[in-house]
Amino acid sequence: MLEISDLVKTYPNGLKALHGISLAVDRPMVVAIIGSSGAGKSTLIRCVNRLVEPTSGRVVLNGTEITALGRHGLRKARRRIGMIFQEYNLVERLTVMENVLSGRLGYVGFWRAYRRNYPPDDVAAAFEILDRVGLEGRENARADALSGGQRQRVGIARALMQRPELLLVDEPTASLDPKTSRQIMRLIVELAHERGTPVLINIHDVALAQTFADHIVGLRDGRIVFEDGSDRLTPAVLTEIYGEEDWSTTIRKVEEDDEAEGAEAAKGRDDTESGVAAG
Amino acid sequence: MSEATAPRRGAKYPTTWRRPPFIENPLFRYGSVVLALAYLVWSLGFSIEVDMARVIQGLDRAGNMFARMVPPDFSRWELLYRGITESVLIAFAASFVGMIVAVPLGLAAARNLAPLPVYLVARFIIVLSRTFHEIVWAIFFVKVVGFGPLAGVLTLIVASASFISKMLAEDVENMQPGQAEAIRATGASFPKLLIYGITPQVLPRYLGVSIYRLDANLRHSTVVGIVGAGGIGQVLAASFSRYDYDFSLAILLVIISLVFLGEIFSNVIRSRLR
Ligand SMILES: Nc1ncnc2c1ncn2[C@@H]1O[C@H](COP(=O)(O)OP(=O)(O)OP(=O)(O)O)[C@@H](O)[C@H]1O
Ligand SMILES: [Mg+2]
Repeated sequence: MLEISDLVKTYPNGLKALHGISLAVDRPMVVAIIGSSGAGKSTLIRCVNRLVEPTSGRVVLNGTEITALGRHGLRKARRRIGMIFQEYNLVERLTVMENVLSGRLGYVGFWRAYRRNYPPDDVAAAFEILDRVGLEGRENARADALSGGQRQRVGIARALMQRPELLLVDEPTASLDPKTSRQIMRLIVELAHERGTPVLINIHDVALAQTFADHIVGLRDGRIVFEDGSDRLTPAVLTEIYGEEDWSTTIRKVEEDDEAEGAEAAKGRDDTESGVAAG
Repeated sequence: MSEATAPRRGAKYPTTWRRPPFIENPLFRYGSVVLALAYLVWSLGFSIEVDMARVIQGLDRAGNMFARMVPPDFSRWELLYRGITESVLIAFAASFVGMIVAVPLGLAAARNLAPLPVYLVARFIIVLSRTFHEIVWAIFFVKVVGFGPLAGVLTLIVASASFISKMLAEDVENMQPGQAEAIRATGASFPKLLIYGITPQVLPRYLGVSIYRLDANLRHSTVVGIVGAGGIGQVLAASFSRYDYDFSLAILLVIISLVFLGEIFSNVIRSRLR
């Protein structure tokens, strides 16, 4: 499905953010990328759809060599890759519906897009996805009138409107409270599994990564230092990824907490956990 | 609580702190003040020779002129009316065309959108048209297309387009890159990026600036007339040169109310935007 080989990124200021990353995702699964701040997680994800231009190396998605495409080809390829951002990146002055429909921009003509005259199938799909992410009835709200969690739901809906072959997710929960974080993560993972979409997701929160990801990639200073199933994460591995620290309280799966009862306890624990993981 | 947050005085730490002075060296600091004062005294006392006799004469003449101004003479209201409508038309036409010209010019002058050569050319055009005061442009256009409102319209188009496009370029450069980036990530082409990622971010201010400019153009349209570029200003200049001071006052009163109305109009519209 997705194959990244020998990916190198050197920023114009000479900083080498990625030192030859190779990574293959060969079935629809959720791959979490963890690592400390500055390890190169965002750079890696952005190199896949070339929001950041890789210096060298190859990215191949379902047979398309993305790194070899010209401008036009790249636009076509980006239509097949959904992206979800930490800061949601909704167009704030547009309505929820316009934001969701903008996921179809790569497919509709200019005048249709300009007049917000999308094909009936797209409109129906947009209403369906809004329903699915729990925002039914909010289509006419302006994006800047929503809470963080609601905005991220719109962000997810926009990405899914593309019917993507790959989802790139850059710290989707870093600006959200622990409970909302978990709901958002669950939503992303459920939708990805339903649709058989592979997901590449950056997260700071190790417990969240363990709970929701099938596979974990540990990044340190632009190199992969760990790659395995999420149940193989040990204190030794975390030390390898993040450096020396007491990890005994971090490695614990977050139990599902749809009920309010567990939420309080989970909240307290989550705070200490993310404090450690961000260090 | 307060014991915990405010440590007792006199202990280990200093209890006073002052912002470091802007000029470190005291010799320079006070020296520059002394120099500035000395220059002021010198320039007032020696270089500009204030001729008291001429000041008194001028006051006398001004008083005379004001005396001849009252009461204002509205008998030639037809001339006045034609001048005013011409000014308003000049202002509206110039604002409208300026608004439209400013869009491509402003986008081309935004460093985060335009390639370097395009950016430089656009910035050069904006700087060039802003270098010269409107009066200079008006004189130029009067020479090129002759006396009358066309010269006024052209003058104010140049002024409006450069003003609005400079503001637009600044807004585009200051927009939130994430919103545009998300649109690019969907595979949208540049025109679609423009209408979805950029327009919503800059439109309200663009409209606000344009309305402000319309208000400014109402004022300027009365001025450019003085050098012959049409409108009420031309009528005013003519009345002064013919010593019809009572008619001049009538014109001035009308101009004042026009500008006043323009101000109100612009404020009302701009407060509704957003
Ligand atoms: N545009 C840029 N120009 C220069 N250096 C950059 C740029 N973007 C990122 N870097 C550098 O590249 C390295 C990797 O950054 P990146 O944003 O990929 O880290 P990250 O793992 O996502 O960190 P975080 O967890 O804080 O988001 C950092 O050292 C960063 O300073
Ligand atoms: Mg990052």
